[in-house]
Amino acid sequence: MHERRTCTILSPTAILGYGFPESSFERALACDPDVIAVDGGSTDPGPYYLGAGKPFTNRNGVKRDLSYMIEAGLSRRIPVIIGTAGGSGAKVHVDWCLEIIREIVQEQKLGACKIGVIYADIPGSIVAQRLADGGITPLAGVPELTQEYLAQTTNIVAQMGHEPMIDALDRGCDIILAGRAYDPACFAAVPIRMGFDPGLCLHAGKILECAAIAATPGSGSDCVIGIIDEDHFTLKTVSDERRFTEESTCAHTLYEKSDPYHLPGPGGMLNLEHTEFREIADGVEVYGSVFEPSEHYTIKLEGARLTGYRTISIAATRDPIMIGQLDEIIEQVQQRVAKLVPQLFADSQICVHQYGRNGVMGPMEPNPVYEGHESVLLIDVLGRRQEDADSVCSLMRSTLLHYGYRGRIATAGNLAFPFSPSDISTGEVYEFSLYHILQQKPDDTFFPVKEVLL
Amino acid sequence: MNRRLIDLARVIRSKNAGPFELTLDIICKDEDAYAILKRAQVITPERMAALYHVPVEDILQIIYFEPAHAVKVTMRRRIPSGAFGETDIYGAQQHAPLMLMEFSCDT
Repeated sequence: MHERRTCTILSPTAILGYGFPESSFERALACDPDVIAVDGGSTDPGPYYLGAGKPFTNRNGVKRDLSYMIEAGLSRRIPVIIGTAGGSGAKVHVDWCLEIIREIVQEQKLGACKIGVIYADIPGSIVAQRLADGGITPLAGVPELTQEYLAQTTNIVAQMGHEPMIDALDRGCDIILAGRAYDPACFAAVPIRMGFDPGLCLHAGKILECAAIAATPGSGSDCVIGIIDEDHFTLKTVSDERRFTEESTCAHTLYEKSDPYHLPGPGGMLNLEHTEFREIADGVEVYGSVFEPSEHYTIKLEGARLTGYRTISIAATRDPIMIGQLDEIIEQVQQRVAKLVPQLFADSQICVHQYGRNGVMGPMEPNPVYEGHESVLLIDVLGRRQEDADSVCSLMRSTLLHYGYRGRIATAGNLAFPFSPSDISTGEVYEFSLYHILQQKPDDTFFPVKEVLL
Repeated sequence: MNRRLIDLARVIRSKNAGPFELTLDIICKDEDAYAILKRAQVITPERMAALYHVPVEDILQIIYFEPAHAVKVTMRRRIPSGAFGETDIYGAQQHAPLMLMEFSCDT
């Protein structure tokens, strides 16, 4: 055990760019943190951001958050660790974030610093090879990966554990900028390096990565503190508006995961079967969480493939005669469009979302009937090329607008459009194709640390 | 007697558990409500499959989580999150059928 008795981790916000109150950040700094760590990403916003290599967080928001964190980290000589940079953590996202850091260090004249950049991209050729060798297995509910789908996959990343971050800490990096990472890793790296129990460090990281979401009332944009001790860790808020309770922390353990007792990650599993939550005056103490290393070190791969191009049109109807037979009308309109452009229609996919009926739940809706007096119809078309999607969406919209359905008495037009232009080309559409486990080989070096001096 | 799930729960929510699974959380108001729900054994794969119009094999896991007085149901997503035809990328608005669920029990 390191001579220091505890390790204090500052988690400023749930996702880098979501913001935090300056007053909370100052109170958190007064707790004398050993590290400032933040999770930058998620697969939640869908496959587009990984597939297209675009950030889902706003650049100004990320710059604002980082400017506080980096100034505090460099002036206090404590590491700043960023996991899953740019939202999805591919090289393009990491480089985007590196540019922001460069700007901050220059504009704020923060002096020389060393950044440990850790890319998480896995070359498609390696994945193809491992796929052929049977070294890749799908997670629950994930379809088999084919070589065809793999070839269509644009960016492939893997979730790194805390080990590459510890490597960067050993090299004396002031800032660690990581690509796709297991969410708790950036919080766990410093205390694990100090010798604290990995089970406690990773479980603390699992909660800290959501910042104040696990407190009550929850917030995705407020700072919290985690203190790792020898046999437990403590969670504290730094705002009088909210606090961690046994109930809020416990309930958070369920959030966004299929099994609250067993949380698999890189190289092993966090076992919470014997975890105890104890409420104290100003927070919660957590005991008994255990990390169980697996026999073989495995990592999770993520990737998204391009499936086509989208055009949408948003329209609505207030006509009770039309609303009464919308399903039938949409079907007949599609048939008419199919006759107009048979090849384009065959190569496209059309989905008319019917808000007011089953727009939110689709086929899972238990009550798929209209009960209101108006309905939004969202025409959604996927084409092989943008111009194909534009053409099919345009025909769907114009045909529906003037379609002479049974019993029609409002003969001037069937749809109310809120916008001109009525059709919007939204560009590339992606689908998650990789959510698989790869078994690492002893000589694999997937997450090398690159030192960048500013 | 007949009970409504919403009367026993303080939280009923849905969310993605990764892009290929949807997970439903029912967090009970207190230990007693949790005991009633657990004893009634009404959160079953068959009942959940019927409630959500999905095949029973798509209900992947039902776990009772004592520390939070909660039961969690995880199902396969109809399509991967954000694929064409998606209606709810985050899966955060798929909880409503549970709010209307009723069941009969002894207590």
